[in-house]
Amino acid sequence: MANEVQRNEIADVAGNKRVAALNPVGYPPKITPKPMAPRLESLDGKTLYLVDPRFDDSGLFLRQVQDWFADHMPSVTTKLVEMSSVYTKDDPKTWEMIKANGDGAIIGVGH
Amino acid sequence: MHAIALDSKYGVPTVAIHTNAFEKAVQSVTRMHGMPQARYTFVPQPVMGKTAEQLRAYVEGKSPISGRPVMQEVIEGLTRPAEGDGIKENKFERSTPRMVDADSDENLHRLFLENNWTDKLPIVLPTEKRVEEMLKHTSRKPDEVAGHLRSNQFRQYWEFTVEKVAVNAVMAGARPEYFPVILALASSGVSARGSTTSSMAAMVVVNGPIRNEISMNSGTGAMAPYNHANATIGRAYGLLSQNLQGGSLPGDSYMGSQGNGYAYGTMTFAENEERSPWAPFHVQHGFKPDDSTVSIFTGCRSTAFTLGVREQYWREHVRSMLRGMDAHSAPTFVLDPIAARQFIDRGGFDIKEKLIQWVYENALMPAGEYWDYQLIQNYVYPRATFGEEPYASKLKAAPDEMIKMFKPDEIHVVVVGGETNGYWRIMGCNYQKTVSVDEWR
Repeated sequence: MANEVQRNEIADVAGNKRVAALNPVGYPPKITPKPMAPRLESLDGKTLYLVDPRFDDSGLFLRQVQDWFADHMPSVTTKLVEMSSVYTKDDPKTWEMIKANGDGAIIGVGH
Repeated sequence: MHAIALDSKYGVPTVAIHTNAFEKAVQSVTRMHGMPQARYTFVPQPVMGKTAEQLRAYVEGKSPISGRPVMQEVIEGLTRPAEGDGIKENKFERSTPRMVDADSDENLHRLFLENNWTDKLPIVLPTEKRVEEMLKHTSRKPDEVAGHLRSNQFRQYWEFTVEKVAVNAVMAGARPEYFPVILALASSGVSARGSTTSSMAAMVVVNGPIRNEISMNSGTGAMAPYNHANATIGRAYGLLSQNLQGGSLPGDSYMGSQGNGYAYGTMTFAENEERSPWAPFHVQHGFKPDDSTVSIFTGCRSTAFTLGVREQYWREHVRSMLRGMDAHSAPTFVLDPIAARQFIDRGGFDIKEKLIQWVYENALMPAGEYWDYQLIQNYVYPRATFGEEPYASKLKAAPDEMIKMFKPDEIHVVVVGGETNGYWRIMGCNYQKTVSVDEWR
């Protein structure tokens, strides 16, 4: 019993009891740094894909982004695409299509 | 997360536009996915329900976070190279110490509270002695990996050992004999502190001999705070979920807009197998009656409730309750034994599956109304347009055609209650899995 008390309660030099407790937090994943794609020198003449995750009226929002480019940067071609399914699922077919046909992408809103 | 993949994996310069409510969450997710330099900007929350003119104003306006024009940040995000190498500035090799620094009882309680390691209620400090006592009730080794948890699919999993689960079980006030149940919950991979704006909570149903071995309550007040095992197992599941998945902090790793009172105790109870007229829930899911299990439901939010199953209009009453449910979260019928037997008397449902089939056939809604629900638009409509059944067929229905709200395998029945009356309720929640407790003894 004396040992148990000693293990959990440590007296400091002034005789005050200090408690030793375990940390309840789990172990984080090792983070692997990811590189960014090279940025474009200019958007002039480029094709941008506007990706709609189909969440909370995001498509309607992206149409306003598309209109903004038409009004302010008409040399930029914008293509509005919906993700193939719900936003929680990866969509490699769409990403491959954008990689093959586009110069950049804007995803909104969220995700 | 999709923006990170498109940018880093596919080599497409990408900018994500988020709403300002997600500032900390975006920072946290990009950092944990190894791309803290990811390009993003913010518009005001909400986007949902705004007119085209209002959304155009968002686009023309400034980021509520940085105060800079939204479209300027979009264009710069696509064209400006990263300034320096942000990755090198971050420490990616981290470890969590086994102990916290010894301190006075009062200071340690404050430390746990301020570190967001509690549910804001007093906890039991996890001393070595208490944790050792907990560990005596499993054959598993303290340093064995017990599982992995994350708060949602955009986050990475965290790992934890049996000892880490014991620490959280002690904090919750659980007795050591409950530990195999708590380990089973921890090993499930299902978090009770999921981060979704919809404020989910989890529900746990315990079946088999363990219920009586640890004196769980399946009778009067089983879902309320009147039983030590029910209360502390549920609390332990909540605490371990938040601490072993890397936190559950509002605005960062928890985005539930309103929160959910069900999350306090993680609605944990035993099924009343002794008084149920039907097969136990775990037997329905492939286990033997003598197996001890935990079954986990998530997304618990909506609840409908009534008394009895009336002779003349019971069908109409149940249909009305089902129509009032969130169309995206399937119903789990939580029945007092009196109500369960009334369902048999009224509908001839001598097995749970017959009641489930009836619910499937009678939970109906006009197609136009169904598809217009925002949750259906977010989570079901995209799957329908992608051709996934049965949603694709439902999408072909005329707006006034009645369509089924749920799939039969999404509908469940659990019996709990002390027969003080024939009350029952429908919980809108999603069954995730049933896990063996015996494997963690």
